[in-house]
Amino acid sequence: MNRWQFFKRLAPLLALMVLVLSACGRADLSALNPQGPVAQEQFGLMKLAFSIMVGVVVIVFALCLFVIIRFRRRRGDKSIPKQVEGSHKLEIIWTVIPIILLIILGVPTVQTVFNLSKDHSNDPDAVKVIVTSHQYWWEFEYPELGIKTAQELVIPKGKTITIEAKTADVLHSFWVPSLAGKIDTNPGGSTNKMFFSAPKEGVYLGKCAELCGPSHGLMDFKVKSVDDASFDRWAAALQAPVAMPSDPVVAAAFESKCLVCHAVGDKGGPLYPNLTGIGSRDSVGGILINTDDPKYSNEGSTYDNLHRWIENPDDIKPGNLMGQIDLTQQELDGIAKYLSELTLDYEQ
Amino acid sequence: MAQGHAVKRYSGLMDWLTTVDHKKIGILYLIAGGFFFLVGGLEALLIRIQLWKPLNDFVSADTYNELITMHGTTMIFLAAMPMLFALMNAVVPLQIGARDVAFPFVNALGFWTFFFGAVLLNVSWFTSTGAPAAGWTAYAPLSGPAFSTGHGMDYYVLGLQIAGIGTLIGGINFLVTIINMRAPGMTFMRMPLFTWTSFITSALILFAFPALAVGLAALMFDRVFDANFFDPNNGGNAVLWEHIFWIFGHPEVYILILPAFGVISEVISTFSRKRLFGYSSMVFATILIGFLGFMVWAHHMFTTGLGPVANALFSIATMLIAVPTGIKIFNWIFTMWGGSIKFTSANLYAVGFIPTFVMGGVTGVMLAAAPADFQYHDTYFVVAHFHYVIVGGLILGIFSGLHYWWPKMFGRILNETLGKWTFWIFYIGFHLTFFIQHFLGLLGMPRRIWTYLDGLGFNEMNLISTIGAIMMGIGTIMFILNVVITNAKPQNAADDPWEDGRTLEWTIPSPPPEYNFKQTPLVRGYDAYWKEKMDGHKGMTPAEPIGSIHMPSPSILPFTMSLGLFITGFGLMYSRDWTFITEHIGFYVAGLGLLITFGSMFLRSVYDDHGFHIEPEELEDKGVKA
Repeated sequence: MNRWQFFKRLAPLLALMVLVLSACGRADLSALNPQGPVAQEQFGLMKLAFSIMVGVVVIVFALCLFVIIRFRRRRGDKSIPKQVEGSHKLEIIWTVIPIILLIILGVPTVQTVFNLSKDHSNDPDAVKVIVTSHQYWWEFEYPELGIKTAQELVIPKGKTITIEAKTADVLHSFWVPSLAGKIDTNPGGSTNKMFFSAPKEGVYLGKCAELCGPSHGLMDFKVKSVDDASFDRWAAALQAPVAMPSDPVVAAAFESKCLVCHAVGDKGGPLYPNLTGIGSRDSVGGILINTDDPKYSNEGSTYDNLHRWIENPDDIKPGNLMGQIDLTQQELDGIAKYLSELTLDYEQ
Repeated sequence: MAQGHAVKRYSGLMDWLTTVDHKKIGILYLIAGGFFFLVGGLEALLIRIQLWKPLNDFVSADTYNELITMHGTTMIFLAAMPMLFALMNAVVPLQIGARDVAFPFVNALGFWTFFFGAVLLNVSWFTSTGAPAAGWTAYAPLSGPAFSTGHGMDYYVLGLQIAGIGTLIGGINFLVTIINMRAPGMTFMRMPLFTWTSFITSALILFAFPALAVGLAALMFDRVFDANFFDPNNGGNAVLWEHIFWIFGHPEVYILILPAFGVISEVISTFSRKRLFGYSSMVFATILIGFLGFMVWAHHMFTTGLGPVANALFSIATMLIAVPTGIKIFNWIFTMWGGSIKFTSANLYAVGFIPTFVMGGVTGVMLAAAPADFQYHDTYFVVAHFHYVIVGGLILGIFSGLHYWWPKMFGRILNETLGKWTFWIFYIGFHLTFFIQHFLGLLGMPRRIWTYLDGLGFNEMNLISTIGAIMMGIGTIMFILNVVITNAKPQNAADDPWEDGRTLEWTIPSPPPEYNFKQTPLVRGYDAYWKEKMDGHKGMTPAEPIGSIHMPSPSILPFTMSLGLFITGFGLMYSRDWTFITEHIGFYVAGLGLLITFGSMFLRSVYDDHGFHIEPEELEDKGVKA
């Protein structure tokens, strides 16, 4: 039999699969392109499981293919094949081999389960963050620093970030694929803990991974990893007082219509996303990407994105709680301009 | 025709509404399940059209969530389950040499409660507040009254509750049938594997569906009567729902797949002209899968935060299921080994099932590793996995079973050429749709998302997936075409149309007369009919002389009982809204429905119906044929 030839033919296919698996996906989004130790450990387990499973699949497919080619019925064949009841030897083999494979996979699985459930919240070097999910945005509170922000989780690179996750309404799930697997945010005061770190500077995409309503798919956020000094500057800048819009008409509208729910600096309400430094965030509402060189329909300049959002939030994120705010054109333009200039200068 | 006494016989529509014949009920299940399979498939196509390009707005976000919720719910409860019950009804009594199921009346009741529950659920599409939209898993608090304010989730809760009653009593009926109604000599270890898997599935239904009934009842109390079972703001617990749902939901997966395993075992054995390899280990593996199926529910909840001990235990327990499943896969391959394999359409589906199910199985083991699942969970990787298991496993199994038993059910063989074309188009379409979704998930695409942003690298793969889905749609249409074409042909299938039949159903006419067996057969071993053939006999040795056969009377009561529950469901849902005439008119409507149901039950209790007899001289008369 030319069994080896068969395997040789299968080899390029396998190589292609490995290629597809190993080196793909955006570095800021893919679970296959881990950028932190937690995602790395999870990826290691995925690779181990994947290699075992590819082995299993190849063996079964090869057997299957061989059998259906070799034992297909020839035309007019009336013969009765030998009726075999079974074979204890074979049956023991295909019971024991899977058990061995499962032990190979099971031991590191259990190790990783316990590794990744370590509680780092008493680690003095760790940065504590309380994550609260809302329909359809993320609130990040740094209890040790006394600051709160929304949609963009700024972290010092390399440091362990400990997360306490909870929700203000329904179930959501906090997920930054390139840094760590997800954890659900449960209602009713039960908080879930996890940790991760990002050794490299950069912006990582985060997503909500539990169905939470119409805009579930649009509930994105960012994790921004910066150096220590920048992080300290960011934390300080977030607490600094913020000037109101210079145009009195815009300022009045902003204070009466926006600050009721949102906070800027030391002013405003705490219930909805904190807008301090919104001009230097990477996106508006998590999904309108701020860029001076827009390529896609969800991209635009910071000003354009803010304008688009404030004009009709429901158009961007159906079912969100902001609703349409009654603003004149002048107020709308002014507020969008003011917010787009509300930057925090912390990166060098 | 000499008739000793009065016999109620209906014709036309009334015949179908009142039938208690398991073969006709099987056909009813098939028609209803097939219809909802088309509905669920249409929903799937709309989902795939919405996702074919980034930032698409073919459907709104709300409609999208309704589509995914109804697609999942419809496919699991209203398409897959009834199509399995169709096969079980059509085949199990024949395979064990019985004249009907143990409780023919209850069998009809099971169908009609399923049917009215299914209709109730789908009525939601036509209401102003739309269909349920909290996902088929209905996680609280999103499914609760605070966040699902319309009536959609009410339809889900009450529709599934009523349909679930049908499934539960159907399961009990098959348990009793298989335990009590086997022909002489048909010991447990001589039962065909499809009967075995139906038996274990029925046992799983018995233990799993009450959990769903309790969960749905609690959610109904939350929604209709302001209870707080799952409302954390008032002392309830949302995670409790996850546990209740999955302690039902995971066994449900095995309830679905085990009968498909049975079909594959029968088809592969028949078309390889070989005895099933390792029969007793197959039976043992089936029982083990059923048992382990109850031990692994929390693997759906690794990210819920149950802690490392629970996650580790459920990881290992889940991985263990791979062992009995592996035994089955290798036993099928070695059934074919040394055999004489004929590739009929039925066997194409069965052989195609093996590699597909292996792929669904290995991704299942990958998902079982909890820390890795933190990455896979709720992404398209999971979507790919369970479609490989449910479409690549269960649906291929059902198609295989339908092609295989179609001549027994309808007396006509489905067109083989068209059947093979259908297989290839459906099969290639299936892999095109779902293989690529593994990678979508790993690259960061969560499931249940209405749309995705451009530039994330998801575009091409989603487009390919949509093309595959359209191919599956074409395949399904071709199958229906095949049914229509075949139906126009004469009813001339032989008793044993595949010529290699091994089990009792192939010893009687296609389709069988209403009493199935003129004389109860004597079973002398496993593969009873094959054994007789090999011993040079033409048919089975009868275990009794020809005598009069007792038959159950048809009855409209199962229909009216279920209709009553349907009306009750409506009334409960709208108890708050309907204020015309008087305040709680909805509750009165619900009461009226219950009155119809209990009234029917009362009639059933007080009115003695002893059925009727078919006398020996009538047995010679072809006119009695169902």
